Amino acid sequence: MASIATFEPRPSTTTVTPTVASLESVTKNYGQIPALRGVDFDVHAGEVVALLGPNGAGKTTAVKLLLGLTQPNSGKVRVFAGDPSNPINRMRTGAMLQVGKVPETLKVREHIDLFSSYYQNPLPLAEVLAAAGLEKISDRKFGDLSGGQRQRVLFGLAICGNPDLLFLDEPTVGLDVESRRALWDEIRSLVDRGKTVLLTTHYLEEADALADRIAVINQGAIVAEGTPAEIKAKTSGKRIRCMTSLSLDALRRIPGVAEVHEDRDAVEIHASQAEPVVRQLLAQDSLLSGLEVTSAGLEEAFLALTQDTNKNADREN
Amino acid sequence: MSSPASVLSNARIERSPSHTATIYLKESKYEFLKNLRLRLYTASVLSFPLMFYVLFGLVLNSKEAIGGTAVPTYLIATYGTFGVMGASLFGTAAGLASDRGLGWLQVKRASPMPPFAYFIAKVVVSMIFSGIVVLALILLGFAFGGVRFPLGEMSKLVATLVVGSIPFSAMGLAIGYFAGPQSAPATINLIYLPMSFASGLWVPFMFLPKIVRQIALALPPYHLSQLALGIVSAGKHESISTHWEVLIAFTMICLGIARIGFQRDQDKLYG
Repeated sequence: MASIATFEPRPSTTTVTPTVASLESVTKNYGQIPALRGVDFDVHAGEVVALLGPNGAGKTTAVKLLLGLTQPNSGKVRVFAGDPSNPINRMRTGAMLQVGKVPETLKVREHIDLFSSYYQNPLPLAEVLAAAGLEKISDRKFGDLSGGQRQRVLFGLAICGNPDLLFLDEPTVGLDVESRRALWDEIRSLVDRGKTVLLTTHYLEEADALADRIAVINQGAIVAEGTPAEIKAKTSGKRIRCMTSLSLDALRRIPGVAEVHEDRDAVEIHASQAEPVVRQLLAQDSLLSGLEVTSAGLEEAFLALTQDTNKNADREN
Repeated sequence: MSSPASVLSNARIERSPSHTATIYLKESKYEFLKNLRLRLYTASVLSFPLMFYVLFGLVLNSKEAIGGTAVPTYLIATYGTFGVMGASLFGTAAGLASDRGLGWLQVKRASPMPPFAYFIAKVVVSMIFSGIVVLALILLGFAFGGVRFPLGEMSKLVATLVVGSIPFSAMGLAIGYFAGPQSAPATINLIYLPMSFASGLWVPFMFLPKIVRQIALALPPYHLSQLALGIVSAGKHESISTHWEVLIAFTMICLGIARIGFQRDQDKLYG
């Protein structure tokens, strides 16, 4: 693994920058329940990586391992080529975690003042308030804030130490569209300042909007990895449903068909584009009926991507 | 990038003593403000002993004496112990159980906060609130109960009760590590109220049934209240060193239990 030399600015090409955080064949179990099963995963300096997966996929576990909050059962976890729980590394990282309850009687500025004091070179308070959009609510008590405002405070705590590496665990969960977009803008401005960001999300849209690279995780394993364009190519597309006498094999041979399966007395076909497939279907089966074409929503398509691993896991069990 | 490269991956962190002191001070300052603004804490935990004292020590019984000590003086020692116990148990256990169970402690642990700062702040703030309760009792006794004792005695009483909050903060840490975030206050009450009664903090010790008096010997509030009573010249059960020894042993046991909880938490996933 690369040790940390000087940081390069955010890459405009696909040049690989030094690894700042990594999981190497990491396995983590909670009692009998496996949370991660042999995950290999790197974060390079200056990039934004999204760990995308459904609830319970192991995203939060990966983040907690990288923060040194919990230890792996096997494998190596490295941050800045060292132990993630070493305070010297924690000086250079910031984290936004999912929190059930934050002390409610402290004011926004007090929370940030306290967290800033932990770091060697914190950002000035005014800068943190501005960057996290907290200027107007800095004298409000945490308990009096809305959900979106609370997330922004947690974001402010993550950035106040001016860290090089940020872990954002589901930063926009439970936010309305407007707050979500505002937080995206804040994350983008961090990236512009050369920070490295690992974020977890279960929204493909969010990963697509922010990340240079997406790793799709499901049931404790990484099932796909690539640029947002590559991941979307695997997941987006159309769903064609019809009743036909053609065999499943015949359907699979039609160019552009990604996946075919039976659904009661109909078949469901996934394809990147509907028109060429439909043309072929109608040409090959004049008795075809019940034709429906729907676009596989991003989230739905993402489910299709993770479904394969679910099936494999079921078979194993 | 703003920060220089780190070559020594496992080097120790270098903080100046003044930076470390600033962190401990801020942690304590905000812990104090946090509790001060919590109505549940100030309105119930801190004011109950004062209300009891006004009712049973000033309105009723103020001309009576217990074992040769005037009631208003006697009750400063016992309600003082009661107040210290409440301030310390609620000040540590309730916050810790909630911070632990609902994810806040993980956010702090993920930061470069010195881990001890969090615990020391809770103990120090419990001592401060303990001191406030005791001083308020003394003030009430002086103003309305005709209580008089020399400054030296008074400082000794305050110091004893303030230091005496440490065993209960330790107990609070132990409870905070094993109680759930919602059940912590009920758990504290379940321990704190019967213990206060059995230790003679509500009903003077000599009026308790014999069996309860025997149980009391094993209870830390009994020993702290006897130390306090000894200063206002009403305690004469065991030697001073025995009382302190029991309190120190109790503190060690509680810190041991808290440590087990701390270790257990290192490998548990919350939220």
